[in-house]
Amino acid sequence: MEVTGLIDRRWTRPLVALFAILIVALTLGGGLSASADSINDDSDWQIKGNVKNDGEPLGGVLISVSGNGFTGEVKTGDDGKWSVGVPEGGKYTITLDESTLPKGVIVTDKDGVVIPPTREVEFGATKTALSNYFLGVGVRETTSFFDQFIQRIFTGLSFGLLLALAAVGLSLIFGTTGLNNFAHAEMVTFGALATLTFAVDFAWPLWAALIVAIVLSGAFGFVLDAGLWRPLRRKGVGLIPMMIVSIGLSLALRYLYQYLYGGSTRQLPGADGADLKFGPISLSPLDLLSMGISILAVIGVAFFLLRTRLGKATRAVSDNVSLAAASGIDVDRVIRIVWVIGGALAGLSGILFAFYRPGVSWDMGFQILLLIFAAVTLGGLGTAFGAVVGSIVVGLFIEISTLWIPSDMKYVGALVILILVLLVRPQGILGRKERIG
Amino acid sequence: MVDFWQIIQNAGVELISPTTAAYALAALGLAIHFGFTGLVNFGQAGFMAIGAYGYGISTLTFHFPVWGAVLVGIGASIVFALILGVPTLRLRADYLSIVTIAAAEILRLIFTTNTLEAVTGSADGLSGYKGGFADLNPIPDGTYGFGPWTMNAYDLWLRIVAWTIVIIACLLAWQLMRSPWGRVVKGIREDEDAVRALGKNVYFYKMQSLILGGVFGTIAGMIFILPRAIVPANYATTLTFFIYTILLLGGAATILGPVVGSIIFWVLLSAVSGFVARAQAAGWFDLIGMSSVQAGQTRFILVGIVLMLLVIFRPQGIFGNKKELAFVK
Amino acid sequence: MSSDVKPTKGSPVKSVDMHVGEIVPGVPKKDPIIVADHVTRTFGGLTAVDVDHVEIPRNAITALIGPNGAGKTTFFNLLTGFDKPDTGKWTFMGKSLAGIPSFRVARLGQVRTFQLTKALSLLTVLDNMKLGAKGQKGENMFVALLPWLWRKQEEEIEAKAMELLARFKLDTKAEDYAASLSGGQRKLLEMARALMSDPTLVMLDEPMAGVNPALTQSLLDHILDLKTQGMTVLFVEHDMQMVRHIADWVIVMAEGKIVAEGPPDAVMSNPAVIDAYLGSHHDQDLGEDPDQEKENVNAIKELLDADDKS
Repeated sequence: MEVTGLIDRRWTRPLVALFAILIVALTLGGGLSASADSINDDSDWQIKGNVKNDGEPLGGVLISVSGNGFTGEVKTGDDGKWSVGVPEGGKYTITLDESTLPKGVIVTDKDGVVIPPTREVEFGATKTALSNYFLGVGVRETTSFFDQFIQRIFTGLSFGLLLALAAVGLSLIFGTTGLNNFAHAEMVTFGALATLTFAVDFAWPLWAALIVAIVLSGAFGFVLDAGLWRPLRRKGVGLIPMMIVSIGLSLALRYLYQYLYGGSTRQLPGADGADLKFGPISLSPLDLLSMGISILAVIGVAFFLLRTRLGKATRAVSDNVSLAAASGIDVDRVIRIVWVIGGALAGLSGILFAFYRPGVSWDMGFQILLLIFAAVTLGGLGTAFGAVVGSIVVGLFIEISTLWIPSDMKYVGALVILILVLLVRPQGILGRKERIG
Repeated sequence: MVDFWQIIQNAGVELISPTTAAYALAALGLAIHFGFTGLVNFGQAGFMAIGAYGYGISTLTFHFPVWGAVLVGIGASIVFALILGVPTLRLRADYLSIVTIAAAEILRLIFTTNTLEAVTGSADGLSGYKGGFADLNPIPDGTYGFGPWTMNAYDLWLRIVAWTIVIIACLLAWQLMRSPWGRVVKGIREDEDAVRALGKNVYFYKMQSLILGGVFGTIAGMIFILPRAIVPANYATTLTFFIYTILLLGGAATILGPVVGSIIFWVLLSAVSGFVARAQAAGWFDLIGMSSVQAGQTRFILVGIVLMLLVIFRPQGIFGNKKELAFVK
Repeated sequence: MSSDVKPTKGSPVKSVDMHVGEIVPGVPKKDPIIVADHVTRTFGGLTAVDVDHVEIPRNAITALIGPNGAGKTTFFNLLTGFDKPDTGKWTFMGKSLAGIPSFRVARLGQVRTFQLTKALSLLTVLDNMKLGAKGQKGENMFVALLPWLWRKQEEEIEAKAMELLARFKLDTKAEDYAASLSGGQRKLLEMARALMSDPTLVMLDEPMAGVNPALTQSLLDHILDLKTQGMTVLFVEHDMQMVRHIADWVIVMAEGKIVAEGPPDAVMSNPAVIDAYLGSHHDQDLGEDPDQEKENVNAIKELLDADDKS
């Protein structure tokens, strides 16, 4: 067997071809890999298309393809044609770089109506997907910086709020048990997968699927606690070993999801609603609903923690476990409830994330795990409200930063902020100032 | 039928493969961090990425000789360790873990972004940097070895260099850990305030440990890319978790543990995934409807389960002294 | 665990007449080893330490007493660089220590132990001891790789460690993990380890807490021994008997302030101290933890009950 380490075998062949092209490109001094009109010719899955300006083929236009962890660029040949081999089927985003077009020419549809240069293609029954571009003379209406800024704030808020749901659960679990739960990501994915199963595979009405999915997510939290974490606590396993157990659990669950649901991204019903315009902001009803649900859930948690006996007991356990136990609080029960709440919130967060991305995939939770950790740390480890604040900061920062930095680097900004905040304020935004060293 | 001989042969290849050596070295670095000093570094993948890209970029973009490229990688990893360590080594252990995992992801995203494609090759990564290393090969062309260990001159040269480095690193770590320096870092693992009260500059020792283990990880990253290409997707958090699995398999606070752990990990992984793939092809798993793609995914599920079981039932690993558990507190 | 222990062997004569002028809180000493001024430390609005002026006499055993929450341990942490004060400065043997990190403080000869024993569990008892030695060449990472440079020093350190262990009757345990020691033995080990660095000032944070009565006698003798060997001792303790027996000077803290000081008998009979601070616990063990715990528990119960009613 050839040694390939962690590289998926399917990748090897197209990659070798790609590298060959890359080397040629590099040695030619171009430094660009996009000088060919086709890349990855020998891949099974091909995205093809042509670019025509007023019926005439146009060469030298830069097209980029990204999706499913793949990115690639090509320039159209003199015949206006291009093709990109991709590693697998599914959805891809295609962008025509309008700065490589002749002056005054932009992307239109067949009838000459101006449309965006970015679009999505999805492989159908065949392993070839087509994406043709028509060009025409026109002017692209660009949104003003301010309008974009406002739009980003809303998108960021929406993302931050859904992060907050997962972050609050993680923070409550950390507060009461001291566990840094890496498998929280899989609890997020669980909610989305459960919804997918009931709403799509079983074709239940969406509202019923959502309720069942959230209930199941809570039950999942309960099962994890009763079946794994409580026995480990009983056994007296230390916090760092527990954290490593959660890493193992995360790996096992994640690949189990992939095993059961496959590697592709699937859509939930109702993901494509028309946008509503509020001045500069365009939001889908779904965005609004998502924000509303998140806010309600956060308020619900706040009410629980501040106003109910159980919530107070939860805070007491977070504060000092032995003291809480001594005062007659059933610590195990509190922790069990925290796991159920954490599971349900994570599941809800996953469902909202599935509409936000959009799509359900086996590793969607893992994609935002670090952001959830960043939010919890930013807000102050173990403080539930800090986690909400941290999440909103992370969500806003990620979206707003894309005004200046490339969107494939947007998570970098959030993680850099995390490190910088720790430098100045190690206890986090809302954390109590105490000896952390 | 399932060709068991072929499975065994394939697993045998992993016994001395440069990948096994690279993982062993990275795990040894992690043993210095986690097992001996008690630093929860979740960014070992980042150190490996620095080794890979440091070497690749210096060679391809700046046309550095091999030794120059190696020094660039090591230098970069020292800088990386300082950036990680300065803000976090004074704080509680969780902070280091979160910052290291975040920093490793930052690196991976930077190496993946299209913006820097001219230098990093973006998602496609880099290749074509092996010439310098191959030119140093004193072994004449030909076929060497026997059975599963049949290889050409480059592969033989690579294996000799990789395992020599692993042996040297083990000797270095062994000597350090039986010296007064090792005593201080092990003391820090147990209780850093106590060590501080005895007049030791704990921060300084933690930093030294972070740098040393990080440099091991970086060199491992260089060994890792010599039999293959640099692909940024390889440096995801999962890589760090695999190295933890290896470390815990062998024993966190041991010198030989990481090496033996890596060998067992790769041999078993190859054997198990080889068996599952062939058994699936032979129709053994038709009852549960396993496809060939699913067969390939089972190994990751197994790694996760093994990691959990190890921590729960044998936290000291194979070589670890039951009493000297790095993390039982 | 009130103990009736008394120093047994030829205990040193109690030092007397160490102060200058009238005995009031903050009285100057003839030969102070530590002089602290205006040291304050607050935790989120709560003032833990607010010491205007205090001097610790040299070559004497000084006890720092006071109820829980009086700021004794915080003051200890401040003096040893384990915590940073909001204001104030202090000197150790004439050298200003404010802002000096804890490890440097230790190197200057001011070594401390902890209330909760910090034996390094997974190191052997001997390694625990060796770690205490100062100026080890082999603690440099590069020198560590060249054993011939440090082997001789290592042997000397080992000999010294074995000698100390013999004195503390731990020599038979030298090769065992510290984790296997009893609570009292760990206290002994921690003290012995501190002595490996030949300190000038030994600061003991509740040396008797959690120690089996059978071992308290030996611990007491060891503390008196330190003075005989010319060291200065400052310790935090609750056990009044012990304070009375071995301390040359007692400093009383309450609510972060120094409220009284003086020779033990004078302080213990000071009505102000008894009424205002020792209260009915006079002559009892002031290990207030159970009470404090109960108080906190009640607070939580009240919180929950109040909630129920609302």
